[in-house]
Formats: sequence, C-alpha cells, structure tokens
Amino acid sequence: MNMPAKLVSLVALGTVIIPCLLYFVGAIGIDAVKWAALVGTIVWFIATPMWMSRELPKDATEVEI
Amino acid sequence: MSEDKSNSGGEFEREPVPDSALLGSGKFWGMYAGEHAAGTEFMIGPLFLAAGASFQDLILGLLLGNILAVLTWRFLVTPIAMAKRMTLYYQLERIAGGSLVKFYNLVNGLLFCFLAGAMVTVSASAVGVPFGITFDVPESMFGLSNASFTALVAIVGVVIALVAAGGYQRVAHVANIAAPWMIAVFAACGIVSLAQMEATNMAALTEGKFWTDAIAFVQEKNGPQTFGFWQIVVFAWLCNGAMHFGMADLSIFRFARSKSSGWAPSIGMFLGHYMAWIAAALLLAALIKLTPDLALGSDGKVAANPGLLAFQSLGWTGIICVVIAGWTTANPTIYRAGLAFQGVLPKSSRTAMTLVAGTVATIAGAFPNLSAQLLDFVGTYGTVLGPMGAVIFVDFYLMKKFGMREEYALHSGSSISIAVMVAWLLPVAVGLYLIFAQGLFAAYAVVPCWVACGAIYLVLSKFTQNSVATTEGNI
Repeated sequence: MNMPAKLVSLVALGTVIIPCLLYFVGAIGIDAVKWAALVGTIVWFIATPMWMSRELPKDATEVEI
Repeated sequence: MSEDKSNSGGEFEREPVPDSALLGSGKFWGMYAGEHAAGTEFMIGPLFLAAGASFQDLILGLLLGNILAVLTWRFLVTPIAMAKRMTLYYQLERIAGGSLVKFYNLVNGLLFCFLAGAMVTVSASAVGVPFGITFDVPESMFGLSNASFTALVAIVGVVIALVAAGGYQRVAHVANIAAPWMIAVFAACGIVSLAQMEATNMAALTEGKFWTDAIAFVQEKNGPQTFGFWQIVVFAWLCNGAMHFGMADLSIFRFARSKSSGWAPSIGMFLGHYMAWIAAALLLAALIKLTPDLALGSDGKVAANPGLLAFQSLGWTGIICVVIAGWTTANPTIYRAGLAFQGVLPKSSRTAMTLVAGTVATIAGAFPNLSAQLLDFVGTYGTVLGPMGAVIFVDFYLMKKFGMREEYALHSGSSISIAVMVAWLLPVAVGLYLIFAQGLFAAYAVVPCWVACGAIYLVLSKFTQNSVATTEGNI
C-alpha cells in the first residue's frame, strides 16, 4: 500500500518542479506550469497522507523562523 | 498539566534522556529537512531586495551566515545537549530558578505572538488575492491597512486561533505532510521567476541585470537604502539566535546519540534560509519587471505582498502554499505562546490562554508594518532570548573552573537567581536601547549581548554564591 502511494507522491512533486524547468528552457508556457503545479499539489495532498504518518518530532512545538 | 507535559517538550521533560531513547543522526536530518521552510521565508526573502541588498552579496552572505549558524549548532549546542540531555527550560530552572524561567517563558510567549501576527498577515495577504483585497503598508508603525484587509486579518486570525485552541497535533501533521511540497514550491517559484525575467543563461545570471533593475526601481520608489554583505551574514547567522546561541534546540539535541547529529540543521538552513529566501526574493524582482504597478502599495512605495508574489509566479498553487506556510507557522506559535501564558497563570485553561495569544497575534497582524519589519523583529527576538544561552554555557563550562557551584538555584532552593536575572536583563536592556533609540541593526546586538550576559553572570555569581554561602554559614 505504501510503495504505490509514495510513488504517486514522488510523481506529484515532479509535476510541480519539472514543468518549471521546461518553462525555464522555453519548452512550455506559464499557464501549463501553473496548471501542472496545481494538479501536482492536489495529488500530493491526496497521496502523501496515506504513507506519511511518521511520529511527530519530540519537540514539534519548536517555533520555526 | 499532563497535556502541558505531553505537548510542551515531549517526554523526559524533567529528567535526562536515557540511553534507550537516543536517536541516530538520520532522524535529525529528517526532522530539520522540514524545518525552516516556513511562512516567514515568503516575507524575509523579498525584504532583502526591498532593503537594497546586491545579488552577489545575497548569494555569498547567506552562504557564509548559514555556515556560521550550522557551526554554532554543532559546536555550541550539541556538546552541552549531549552532556546534560535536558530541555532548555529544565536546565534554566536548575540554574536560574523556577520563577525566573516562568518570566523568561512569558517574554518568549509575547515575542511568539508577534511572530504569529506576522504570519497571520502573510496568510491574509494570500487569502485576499482571489477577492481583490489589496495589502497596503501604512506609513506609521502602528497604522492599519485598508479596512477590507484589516477585516480579513481578523477573520484569518480568529480561524487560526480557534484551530490552535483545539490542539496543535492535526496542524503539525499537516505541516509535516506539506513540508516537502512546500520546499518544491519555493524552488518552483525561484525557477519560474528567473524565467519570467529572462535570466535563463549563465551570462544573464552573472550579469545580474534582472536584480539591479529591481533594486533601482525599489530605490526610486522607497528612497535609497543599503543592506550590505556583513548585515546579510550576521542576519543569516543570528536570525535563529534563540535556537542556537539561546540554546532552545538543547531540547532537540538532548536525544542525539552522536555529535554528528549537530550537522543536521544544515539541511534546514540551506533549503529554508538559502534556497527559499533567494527564491522568495526573486518573486519580488519578477513582479517588478513584469507588472511594476502591482508591486506598489497605495502610498506609491514597493511593498512585499507574499500572496500576490506567489500568485503571479505559480497561480493558485502559490496562493495555497502561502496560506499553508503562514497557517502552519502561526498555529504552533500561538499554541506555544498559550502554553507560556498558562505557565504564568497555572489555574487558567490552556484553551483560554491560547485564545488570548491568538487575540494578541491577530491584533499584531492587523499592523502590516510589523511583518514588513520582520528583519528587525527576528534580530530583536535573538537579542532578547539569545543571552540566556550564555548562562547555560557559563554554567556548563566555567562555573567549576572558577570554584563555583553549577546549577546554583537547584542547590540553594532559590526561585529567582539574581545573578542570572541581572546578567540577562542588563545587556538586553542596553541592546534594545541601541536598537530602538540608536537605530542599530538588530541582529548586530545578539552576540555582544550574549557575551556580556555570560561575563556578568560569571562575575555576579562570584559575589552572590559567596554571600549566600556566608549567610548560610552564619545561620
């Protein structure tokens, strides 16, 4: 169960990043980048909770800056 | 109380971590990978550009500053954490006394509220984009933005406070899930921004015209400003001063099995305080190049509106990222502040105190200048909290060498150590005077205050420990 979900998460991250690189080299337009990033985001938040349920850090209350 | 215990520092709050609970280096690398890529990054990055930092100074200054920060974690915090294996608060209580620690915690909580307030502003800036609500930064420090934005801040603040009052576990879980994606979105924002500015080859990147043009625009609108190499170095080094110089991360590294764990913050620093800051700064540069009018507030000055910046780069993904980044940063911060307030008023409920903290944060968030001054605020935060780390350092390394007793409050039964109180408050008062009255760059005050605090603590201990011993002898 975990492995396919992890794979989907990885693909989702790639869907956020790779179109940006393609835009950087002039292969696609900005609208395609924005749509791909949105799809990648939605897929990430569906797939990742299925496997990322690691125990919270001991000091999860630490404040980030 | 049990809730407090379970949430305010994990297990082994009042005892050294046993060998059976120690963690390998990998755990720390995994934990820090998701840290330091937070809502604040969206605000801090553009402020470098708005302050007039050159691109070369930013690249090299952040590199050096982050290396210094990592070295501080590795060689200052980790050895003490592994030797004592106690939380910051428990160590301080043994050295300074319980009442003084409560006061320190209260100050900590108030500062957290302002940090959370800045994150409420950041989240509201993103929520406002789809509704066409603009984010104006007024002239005066305590001036409000336009009525629509102020109302939006109130709504966002109330929602965040209510969620925090319900407990932070779910939000922390969302933050964990979001962390890798958030780092990817920061990187994506940087890449897209460079492409939007046509800085897609080595010649354009090294020439840096995309940056100098943006700086020129900011200087024209906001007036001349400079933010030099050493300011960047010191800021990058000390913006987490409370965590390393101030020893807050003793609470994390007390679980370390090997000293090599002390290198783990490097992943958080170089993803969050290097890549993410530069990417966020590029967002503002791209906005200025593409649609300069949108970069201007109602007063005609350049204002960093994180929501708008991210929207222009990555569309709705950018908006979602700013909202989640701001929310997941503000929420535990408000929760932690609530715990600090509850420590001062033990009979109050945690929910009520979290709502109080949320109210303070929301009020702070309604003043956009507070988030626009985040560079100064973060330096001030380190100046106020950092020096307490010097007390722990001196107590650990020097007390025995100078013939004095370590953890004196524990042995004397005192609830307030006068030596610690004076050693902490005196340099901090001078530091705050220099920052607010003399205009000193706030991050510059962290190390001098830290050194002064340690020295004063050592000298005063010589007198107070002797006098107490004499008094006890007479009795």
